[in-house]
Amino acid sequence: MSKKVKKTDDLSEPVDIRSSSGGGWLYSDVVKDHFFNPRNFMQYDEEEKFEYNGMGRVGSPACGDEMVMWLKINPQTEKITDCRWRTFGCGSAIASTSVLSEMLVEKGGMPIDEALKLKPQDILARLGGLPDRKVHCSVLGDKALQAAVNDYFRRTGQHARVLTAGAKVIDAALNVTDKDIEEAVLEGARVLEDVQKKLKVGVFNKESVPQIEELLRFYTEKYYG
Amino acid sequence: MLPKPKKNRNVYLDHAATTAMDERVLKAMRPYFLEQFGNPSSLYNLGRTANRALASARATISAALHALPENIIFTSGGTESDNLAIYGIARAHQSRGQHIISTLIEHHAVLGPLADLKKDGWDITYAGVNKEGFVSADEIIKKIRKDTTLVSVMYGNNEVGSIQPIAEIGRAILKYRKENNTAYPYFHTDACQAAGALTLDVEKLHVDLMTINGSKIYGPKGAGILYLRRGVKIKPMILGGGQEKRTRSGTENVPAIIGLAEALKLAQADRIKEGDKQKKLCSMLWNEIQKKIPKVKLNGPEIGDGRLPNNLNVTFMDVEGEALLLYLDEYGVMCSTGSACTSESLEPSHVLMAMGLPYEYAHGSLRFTFGRENSLADVTYLMKYLPAIVEQLRELSPVSIGFKQHAKYKK
Repeated sequence: MSKKVKKTDDLSEPVDIRSSSGGGWLYSDVVKDHFFNPRNFMQYDEEEKFEYNGMGRVGSPACGDEMVMWLKINPQTEKITDCRWRTFGCGSAIASTSVLSEMLVEKGGMPIDEALKLKPQDILARLGGLPDRKVHCSVLGDKALQAAVNDYFRRTGQHARVLTAGAKVIDAALNVTDKDIEEAVLEGARVLEDVQKKLKVGVFNKESVPQIEELLRFYTEKYYG
Repeated sequence: MLPKPKKNRNVYLDHAATTAMDERVLKAMRPYFLEQFGNPSSLYNLGRTANRALASARATISAALHALPENIIFTSGGTESDNLAIYGIARAHQSRGQHIISTLIEHHAVLGPLADLKKDGWDITYAGVNKEGFVSADEIIKKIRKDTTLVSVMYGNNEVGSIQPIAEIGRAILKYRKENNTAYPYFHTDACQAAGALTLDVEKLHVDLMTINGSKIYGPKGAGILYLRRGVKIKPMILGGGQEKRTRSGTENVPAIIGLAEALKLAQADRIKEGDKQKKLCSMLWNEIQKKIPKVKLNGPEIGDGRLPNNLNVTFMDVEGEALLLYLDEYGVMCSTGSACTSESLEPSHVLMAMGLPYEYAHGSLRFTFGRENSLADVTYLMKYLPAIVEQLRELSPVSIGFKQHAKYKK
């Protein structure tokens, strides 16, 4: 190989990857550390022996990200005493699950009520931020956690405590829900046309447009404001 | 954790993205920055010297293409040449028709202008590809209509290396024109990836327009050409002093053009020897990958005459390309991926999608493209770490395509 290319960066420096349009994005040191040294992931030899009472799975490889989270919850204290995870996804998806798992089990374990209040922003803050395009990776971690806690509620017969994230249909003809709009915003949609493109739908019903625009503003503010 | 190399080796396997410049090219360019800096349009000696150099570069390039010097238009690179070809033909001939035929696997420098023309009322027909990434000449010809002014098909695909039947399409278009007693449609090919490996003889390829750039053939970035057959009219995009026979205004980038000519000459002289060497390295890497890593798939044609000799595109199932790429970067290995995570749109590679690859396969794809300076030692170094990296990421991954779910995942 040619000696002309010099490699100067080392582990202490953030990875800088230029996107195709020339805008650069940067992984923080924390992201890098968790990506290369993931914590609490489910190792092959643990598969049989790890005991858990809550499991959540979200996403799919077709979407580009998939996460599974296993929780060990102490029924008396309702604290998360241990957890394991696995993630199919890019660097930031792996790092955000790893950092989330650390947040859950440190300081004697996080109470599940507190865990359910965790927001994507909390994971992002701990990671030292993610590029806008990568925010959706951290959202998946938060959803996997919620699914795992719900699973724990079901297993322990506490059906009343299960959080149902019911989607509300916004445009009946196209079967577009508020969740769809949330997803579209996380994937970069900012105006009505972006949403149409992301959801691969035609023209929205006139009556539903104001509501869609309001949700657009709401979710943009929520995740990027 | 993963083993760390005692000494990181830099293994550049992304030559389809760009190449380092050849020392000989730099040497040829150097005088035109400092001493021979004249404007080729100036009449005094300094200008005339620059003009002579420009003429000589044009002659070198036209010889490599079996074209005439006046057929060569210098541009700022592959993207501009593609844009000029598409917009130039579309707008100069719009009174004749507003229909263009292209393919689903073109570079964005072609797809972008086509999408833009569509907004302005043009009708664009895209031909699909088979699962190996080949366009069918017959399918292209069947799509030609009376109002078709342009057919644009790339020569060698940048992602999976499939070499398109340009000469066959070119001959069929000639036949169509003759039978229908018409000058249309014109035929353009983007040859940026092919320039270092395949023949660029425009007479054999039967193309009317051809794009080539410098940065993929060890030449400078920011230099490209558009071959334009004599008598074919295009509408310029950049207006001004009327350089390049009024098709592309702006003072010619003399050093870059000299460099491009030198690079193209060297690339074409070495193309068979280099192609054979790089094809061997590709085969070796692919064999090693198959031997040491389970659940892999070759994307694109079999390694051989149908594939650019420097291109290897492999899917590592159950892992995601960007994560692989970042791990490899830690070991000094540079390559690229078709995963959505590295794209601006968060959509996976349009080429792999057009070939009918499922999303989850596209997400796990890596593209290795070899170049002149690569050797067997690079393959050996890469294969020392790649299996462990894939294994590590698979352990992190909950996905198991095509295999039964582990009981642990079931509720």
